Amino acid sequence: MQLGVYYDNYLLVLIFILLGIALPVVALTFGRFVRPHNPYPAKTSPYESGIKPEGDAQVRYHVAYYIIALEFIIFDVETVFMYPWAVVLYQLGWVGLNMMLIFIAILALGLAYSWKKKVLEWN
Amino acid sequence: MDVILMVVYAGIVMNLLLGGVTFAILFERKVIGYMQLRPGPNRHGPWGLLQTIADVTKLLMKEDIIPNEADKKIFVLAPVLAFAPAFAVFAVLPFTENLSGADLNIGILYILGVSSITMLGVLMGGWSSNNKYSLLGSIRGIAQMVSYEIPLVLSVLGIIVLVGSLNLRDIVGYQESIGIWFIIPQFLAFIVYFISSIAELNRSPFDLPEAESELVSGYHTEYSGFRFAFFMLAEYTYAIAISALATILFFGGWLGPAFLPGIIWFLLKMAAFMFGWYWLRATLPRARVDHLMNFGWKVLIPLALLNIVITSIIKVWMGG
Repeated sequence: MQLGVYYDNYLLVLIFILLGIALPVVALTFGRFVRPHNPYPAKTSPYESGIKPEGDAQVRYHVAYYIIALEFIIFDVETVFMYPWAVVLYQLGWVGLNMMLIFIAILALGLAYSWKKKVLEWN
Repeated sequence: MDVILMVVYAGIVMNLLLGGVTFAILFERKVIGYMQLRPGPNRHGPWGLLQTIADVTKLLMKEDIIPNEADKKIFVLAPVLAFAPAFAVFAVLPFTENLSGADLNIGILYILGVSSITMLGVLMGGWSSNNKYSLLGSIRGIAQMVSYEIPLVLSVLGIIVLVGSLNLRDIVGYQESIGIWFIIPQFLAFIVYFISSIAELNRSPFDLPEAESELVSGYHTEYSGFRFAFFMLAEYTYAIAISALATILFFGGWLGPAFLPGIIWFLLKMAAFMFGWYWLRATLPRARVDHLMNFGWKVLIPLALLNIVITSIIKVWMGG
């Protein structure tokens, strides 16, 4: 592929991203002229099913969410390793396959460990 | 390609997409309506065709309420950040042999990478609203989306092992050359992809982040008017992107008997895939949080890994 064509493809991607940002910005700016604007304290207070909101909502939450996030990072990095491997597998042959099987086995062991440690239990 | 031509292409795709979202919403409401023995929307225009347009116009005319305790900058940014990546996915999708956007050789990697930015919009929207329902909805949503992101990404790997390329056109070309769609040799991957796509999009029966009966409306409880509309638009844009990707990966993209043009086949397959989601939504009740997380980690991830192992052994066995 020619270098110019190569960059052109990424230019199109950039145009799509910019247009994706532009649409909400333009639509919301345009909407400013047609929508009413009448805020008062009762309307702008946080919605809590009609009850007066109690305290701040930006509080600490359950630790289980952090553990799920950690597990996600481990497995997401794994997939990042596996993508280039999958593309060239037909050139690597048995050697490359065995290496990845060992890699998957180690990760499966990790998953089994967190399974046994009840990290994946949600309560 | 000329820059002006690219802008025109992006503009056309955006307009078609907005139209497509309009009818995807109507399609969903009609399908669910008929499955529940009621006609669905039928007042605006013939067969209710103008219903969504009426809804969007209404949302445009509604007041835009920003809660006084909200983190205003992040609150305003969240719907934009939810929509822009979902739309950027369409830059690389090939619709037919001749009609396609950017021909990236890392097409799939780009789609999976960019589309996961949508999660940030959910997190920012929920956190900045300073509302307990929103916070609960968004952290639930993030936990669910990251858990199901992994089986989704892993299920695609089997196909990449077979094709040996990340380019979307190569994947369709490979299916043409072996004369069979990947849904047959990669059936396990398809099941994993289908289930994780439902969870990834927070659709029913995995719509826990928006569980109306518990969380009012989840992460967009505090959003009103057009900002709310952009969250919905982002959701459906992402849904169309995921089903278009499924069409390319598992149903041979634009391939099909020659009596219909390729683009029609593409759209028909996409609609069939989406119909599967709607069918499940009308059939199943909402899953419980712990069931959902257990299912993702203990069933789908091992299944996806098993699929990769089997596929790669067969690939090397056959000698590439």
